[in-house]
Amino acid sequence: MNKRKPIKSISYAKWGYIFILPFFLVYAVFSFYPMVTTFYYSFFENYNQGLTTIGPNFVGLQNYVNLFKPNEGRFELLEYTKNTMIMWVLGVVPQFIFSLLLAVIFTSVRLKIKGQRFFKTVIYMPNLIMAAAYSMLFYVMFSEVGPVGMLCKALISPDFVVFQSVGASRGVIAFINFLMWFGNTTIMLMAGIMGIDQSLFEAASIDGANGRQVFFKITLPLLSPIFVYVAMTSLIGGLQMFDVPQIIGGTDGAPNRSTRTLIMWLNNVVTGKARDYGKGGAISVLIFIITGILSFIVYKSMVKEDPNAKKNKRRNKNVLL
Amino acid sequence: MSYYNAQSQRTQQNLARVLSYIFLAFVTFISLFPIVLLIINSTRSGSQLQTGFSLLPGTSFGQNLKAAVGSAAIDLPHGLFNSFFIAGCVCLLTTYFSAMTAYGIHVYDFRLKKAAFNFILIIMMIPTQISAVGFIKLVYGLKLTNNFLPLIIPSVAAPAVFFYMKQYLESSLPMDVIEAARVDGSNEFATFNGIAIPMMKPAIAVQLIFSFVASWNNFFTPALILTDAQKQTLPIMISKLKTMQLSGNSDLGQIYMVILISIIPVVIVYFFISKNIVEGVALGAVKG
Repeated sequence: MNKRKPIKSISYAKWGYIFILPFFLVYAVFSFYPMVTTFYYSFFENYNQGLTTIGPNFVGLQNYVNLFKPNEGRFELLEYTKNTMIMWVLGVVPQFIFSLLLAVIFTSVRLKIKGQRFFKTVIYMPNLIMAAAYSMLFYVMFSEVGPVGMLCKALISPDFVVFQSVGASRGVIAFINFLMWFGNTTIMLMAGIMGIDQSLFEAASIDGANGRQVFFKITLPLLSPIFVYVAMTSLIGGLQMFDVPQIIGGTDGAPNRSTRTLIMWLNNVVTGKARDYGKGGAISVLIFIITGILSFIVYKSMVKEDPNAKKNKRRNKNVLL
Repeated sequence: MSYYNAQSQRTQQNLARVLSYIFLAFVTFISLFPIVLLIINSTRSGSQLQTGFSLLPGTSFGQNLKAAVGSAAIDLPHGLFNSFFIAGCVCLLTTYFSAMTAYGIHVYDFRLKKAAFNFILIIMMIPTQISAVGFIKLVYGLKLTNNFLPLIIPSVAAPAVFFYMKQYLESSLPMDVIEAARVDGSNEFATFNGIAIPMMKPAIAVQLIFSFVASWNNFFTPALILTDAQKQTLPIMISKLKTMQLSGNSDLGQIYMVILISIIPVVIVYFFISKNIVEGVALGAVKG
């Protein structure tokens, strides 16, 4: 016995490293190294001017300073952050209202909704559809030759073109994001609601609480940790918004760059004519920092609810479908 | 008194049920309607589509399909093949290596085990887009532009899939099984491939599909490095369709058809295995 033990632990520990080696090797080469070089280039000037490549020359924090200065009369950073946030909020508000309602309906013991699996399947579906294709579909439908576009022309004014209006363009993008994500959020919130101790609901119903009281006094307060988690992950996702506005607004974020998001800006800076790697690096670092702060909030909110997490998991598996 | 109370409560409950079903019908409608309209419009000819909205299918499905496949603006057959090839490789690599990494951390005790696990949890939150500059520089440096390798190989390291696999192993792989295999003289790789992988089948099935779909839909990364028209994937081709539509020389039937071809494979597969998918999302939802 005594003889075998040390041999066992030594020989098997080696296997642990072997099994995780491919992951870390590939991560180092294709993710970690590019991230470090991105940060590195944010301190250099390196771009194309016509046919000549400038740099890389070390310029210190100049790229960062430039981000906060107007470029051709535009405060780009401010403008694109604003665009991203406006479109995120426009989509996320209805998304959360719908998801919360649906989650409550699905989990309600009193309502006993039939065909739950069908409804869940249907509302989750848009999340798996190619965002580019889905956006293109909406673009054609809302364009001047599409059914909705023609309807708008007939109802509002013969001169009304959806994608020439800032508000309407942002609205369409937000609507697509809403459609693609409300099913996902519903399932997340359901998992949260089902993690709440069922005896609380029973006690409330014995005490004669009505549906509204149960919702506002029990469900909502106890749901707040998972709500924070879902909201923050949604915000992190919102900051990465790219596919939908890139198709609807095009590379320039038409009309008048009002639908250009931060990631579209980054994409344009590094793949456009100038291929400005220094500026692109600085934008990346800024997005990285913002995401880091948000992730930290998520992490904190998760640690707080940790004692319940394991219980939730087991229960979800049994109850959900 | 109590009789009236019970009755009014029942009517209230019935009203709530009716309202709930109306709401559910509404969300079902908004989720399905765009897809239904897409299917209908893909069967109508360009000139029919110009006349406006209709719920009756047309007869131009074959014609639209032919136009889409033979389109001069985009190379649809290549796009389909490229997307399918990349997504196929990605889903196999991601699933196998994530299972392997999760197995390594779950089964063995080694000094850096905890550190490795925490590291993966931290990097899970980092958006891939922020490494775009370094990624382009790396790919250009290796002369791998218009090559699928920089899109396929990185999928070996997928933190979120790893996390899912780890959770699954915790709930369903007892150490006794591994010990028993060792007693029987099975080496560690054989135990993983022959015993752990079959036991992880449900998790593997879900992740194969999720990673296939994620790669199939990916727009940002391929757009950075695929510039050759024959090497591009479907999302890039769709973005090209838009410029075509703007230029006016467009056949709407053909555009709807390309969108349909990009969307429908995923939708069909989804409806066959949706039970596992929705369950999988819920399991991943509470990241303990």
